[in-house]
Amino acid sequence: MSWETVIGLEVHVQLATKTKIFSGASTAFGAEPNTQACAIDLAMPGTLPVLNKQAVHYAVMFGLAIDAEIGQESAFERKNYFYPDLPKGYQTTQLEKPIVGRGNVEIQLADGRSKNIRIHHAHLEEDAGKSLHEGNFRHGVTGIDLNRAGTPLIEIVSEPDMSSAEEAIAFAKKLHSIVTSIGICDGEMSQGSMRFDVNVSVRPTGATELGTRTETKNLNSFKFMEEAIAKEVERQIDLIEDGGSVIQETRLYNGDTKVARSMRSKEEANDYRYFPCPDLLPVIVSDETIEELRRNLPELPDARQARFVEQYGLSDYDAGVLGGDAAMAAYFEIASEKSGNAKLAANWTMGELAARLNNQDLSINKSPVNAEQLGGLVARIADNSISGKMAKEVFEGMWAGEGSADEIIEARGLVQVSDSGALEQMVTDVLAANQTMVDDYINTEEAKRKKKLGGFMGKIMQASKGQANPQQVNKILAQKLNELV
Amino acid sequence: MHNLTIAQLAKGLQSKDFSSVELTQHFLARIAELNPAYNAVITVTAEQALKAAAAADKRLAAGNAPALCGIPILHKDIFCTNGVRTSCGSKMLDNFIPPYSATVVENFEQAGAVVLGKTNMDEFAMGSSNETSFYGPVKNPWAIDCVPGGSSGGSAAAVAARLAPGATATDTGGSIRQPAALCGITGLKPTYGRVSRWGMIAFASSLDQGGPMARTAEDCALLLNCMASYDDKDSTCIDRDVPDYSADLNNSIKGLKIGVPKEYFSDGLHAGTEDAVRSALAELEAQGAELVEISLPNSALSVPAYYVIAPAEASANLSRFDGVKYGYRCEDPKDLNDLYTRTRAEGFGEEVQRRILIGTYCLSAGYYDAYYGKAQQVRQLIQQDFEKAFAQVDVIMGPTCPSPAFKFGSKGDDPVAMYLEDIYTIATNLAGLPGMSVPCGMVESKPVGLQIIGNYFDEARMLNVAHQYQQATDWHDQMPESIQQGAES
Amino acid sequence: MSIERHEIEKLATLSRIAINENTITEVSQRLGSVLELVDQLQAVDTSGVAAMSHPLQATQRLREDEVTEINQREAFQAIAPDTEDGLFLVPKVIE
Repeated sequence: MSWETVIGLEVHVQLATKTKIFSGASTAFGAEPNTQACAIDLAMPGTLPVLNKQAVHYAVMFGLAIDAEIGQESAFERKNYFYPDLPKGYQTTQLEKPIVGRGNVEIQLADGRSKNIRIHHAHLEEDAGKSLHEGNFRHGVTGIDLNRAGTPLIEIVSEPDMSSAEEAIAFAKKLHSIVTSIGICDGEMSQGSMRFDVNVSVRPTGATELGTRTETKNLNSFKFMEEAIAKEVERQIDLIEDGGSVIQETRLYNGDTKVARSMRSKEEANDYRYFPCPDLLPVIVSDETIEELRRNLPELPDARQARFVEQYGLSDYDAGVLGGDAAMAAYFEIASEKSGNAKLAANWTMGELAARLNNQDLSINKSPVNAEQLGGLVARIADNSISGKMAKEVFEGMWAGEGSADEIIEARGLVQVSDSGALEQMVTDVLAANQTMVDDYINTEEAKRKKKLGGFMGKIMQASKGQANPQQVNKILAQKLNELV
Repeated sequence: MHNLTIAQLAKGLQSKDFSSVELTQHFLARIAELNPAYNAVITVTAEQALKAAAAADKRLAAGNAPALCGIPILHKDIFCTNGVRTSCGSKMLDNFIPPYSATVVENFEQAGAVVLGKTNMDEFAMGSSNETSFYGPVKNPWAIDCVPGGSSGGSAAAVAARLAPGATATDTGGSIRQPAALCGITGLKPTYGRVSRWGMIAFASSLDQGGPMARTAEDCALLLNCMASYDDKDSTCIDRDVPDYSADLNNSIKGLKIGVPKEYFSDGLHAGTEDAVRSALAELEAQGAELVEISLPNSALSVPAYYVIAPAEASANLSRFDGVKYGYRCEDPKDLNDLYTRTRAEGFGEEVQRRILIGTYCLSAGYYDAYYGKAQQVRQLIQQDFEKAFAQVDVIMGPTCPSPAFKFGSKGDDPVAMYLEDIYTIATNLAGLPGMSVPCGMVESKPVGLQIIGNYFDEARMLNVAHQYQQATDWHDQMPESIQQGAES
Repeated sequence: MSIERHEIEKLATLSRIAINENTITEVSQRLGSVLELVDQLQAVDTSGVAAMSHPLQATQRLREDEVTEINQREAFQAIAPDTEDGLFLVPKVIE
């Protein structure tokens, strides 16, 4: 029997606000435990929430970006459950009236197809804290860090419109691209800024009814998501083919050990008893605010990709890579501007830089070489000041923090001599000083002479301390030698 | 000095008849002497009080001190007080010393009022008799074997016993008005949103409201002037100017239309209570007010609607008490579930547990629509009743509670008997309206309260009516016999 | 009216309150009595009536996104039941 997969995603996006959704405590990542958990975040008795305007605006901006209905009146509910990282014993979230209604996200697939994924809704809610199971504290206990508690999230809920891991990943990446492009999320997956819950079910190909689904929670990398989906699809098909049936359950996937398992503890008594939060009033977003946010909405990925093709003459592929990621796009545009050579800047951004970042697992925002620096380097390549080989050396220097391209070029004396008069003199001198080699060249049969050029090149580069422009030297040398033959 | 009202004490302080330190020492001495009999005050902050009094005397000496500067007051132990235990009447918070203060507490601090301590209360404000307090019941100064009412029974008894001239309190279903009535003092629950709830430990967030208790309406006006404020830390606090509640006290009430709901004079009402309330209405009529019979047809539904909505909200509000961040934690929890279930079973008293279970039931899958959803709709109907009534009348009046103070334990094993104690007060909380109780007579040597319900933000008018009534009567001046042997001055 | 034992147990689980076996009958009776009271609501015709969650017709105020809170960990953890290295400690959580 052949099977088809049905996938829906719930995506938690941490909003890039300075403060929590309901308190004025900082959301900066990486602080000492519980130093950014104020009385409200700790659910101290008598404390009350006040909604962060920026969080509301960011949610509306997401709605505008996916062309969704914006809930002009939205409301908060309490979702009740006990967990040590949930200080109030309820999560303040939205159920009946989410701030963002139905919308659409278009994804592009490897085979060139594009597909529309429907968004059911997106709502505002607060993040929980973190439970640390290992640390410096004594054995047999769990440590609770509530710094993250109250960080604003939007939860984006898709329809089950994806039918493969590839589509799910494309959708996830597209969301990442959208939220980072409009600046509502920093997109730092490794810090948990975007987390994916994947609902997977399978059914016989052509069936109309959905199979029983499972939810694999809290995946925070595209790679893990792909692995988790593949494993879960296989597990479900095996299960059914062996005569069993899928149980609706919450599952966990450990990307490090590659092990997936059921999270049974969450299953017992799953009755969240949602009800309207009496501490918060209906949230009204005026038409004026919506229009203002629409006017100021940063460029969306699709529009940017089209512009990159148009403005910089990039290929569709290059525009897709550079334009799809907000940080990379911004980087590229600065480097391009600074260098005056878009294509070369694009190559360096996607090539040397991306490879290096990838290698060291760094995001482009954390790159030791900033866009101005890379642009400075590309400019020197473009104007022939340095060779490609020198450029790699300069890049190393910049990566190591030695300064700008020009500073490194100067410090290392990496100037490429491209002045044709000087180069001609240099070639003439070298030929004069190496008559034996010249004779040898002349006496070699024509077809094999090319191999002899290397020797002269070596001498000339040595004489120029490596600064001669190799392409130009090559040309002059060939010309001079041919004159002698 | 303890027989003087806040208004009189303020005058005395401003004209240097006595100092705030003297006044504070006097009330501290009364608390030390009389409180053991009443159990109204559960924390005395003598040292801080004397320090605050000395500071107040300096401000008074410098001139231009605010009206409440140097006036001793008590806070209900539901208001968080920085550095001072705030227990909410519960074992759960017996060890809880908040590092922050409620906005109400800060308002009084800024005004230079002197806080003598914290008053006893029903646990988490859940009760109408003060019998649910972890610290034991408060005794009614008028009848030591009777309840003072609840949940603000400590504040009410303390004011009645002249342990302080005024106190703060809160009202979720009648918790200011009913104990005020049972203890023969004046208490006001303002419009929902008038007084900040920041730092006031939540019972039912959409119903809770802080308000003042004192012996007279004039004093309640002075306290409310300080207590009411716009607070951007409370999303439900209304951004609206606070009027001078003392300004209109002396207005004539000629032509005032008083709505008298027939549903408030039904079967369960004690005959003596009814007589007292009717006499009060007659007195107001004599002053030129007009009595208009009105109907609030959904009144009887207020108790059932309340006992869905309040427990539902409470069930979530009290989830934060889990033994993780602060407060009580059971000994040697063997696992997380044991930590939760034992902390909460040991830390909460029976009534609190019951209300959490009821609230959980009403919100749980399959019951939400029938209970919570329905109660929210009934709440709307109750509010509409009031809207219609206020199209016709200026204020609504009736009894505060069905009968005078009852004996400890007399409501027996059935929680519902106790719940019906708030039958006349609950509707205003559901609607968010202001309500007040004013002493209007004595039955069986125990005080009776007249309830005044006003339209939204119409506290000034209610205080005016109450003040005019108190100008013509002396029920508010009555003093329980049991305290008369107390320290004189 | 009384509530069945399994329902009491479910409520106790949901609200994380340990209920003593000896008192379960009493709890059930008393809850039943309250539910009888609130069941009066069932007879009311509320068709077309909107649910009311807030007593006032007000809308949510929005706070500017500015950091207003300082680190008070020491003060908060001074009143916590069990902490170490800045963390609140609980018995081991098994996911």
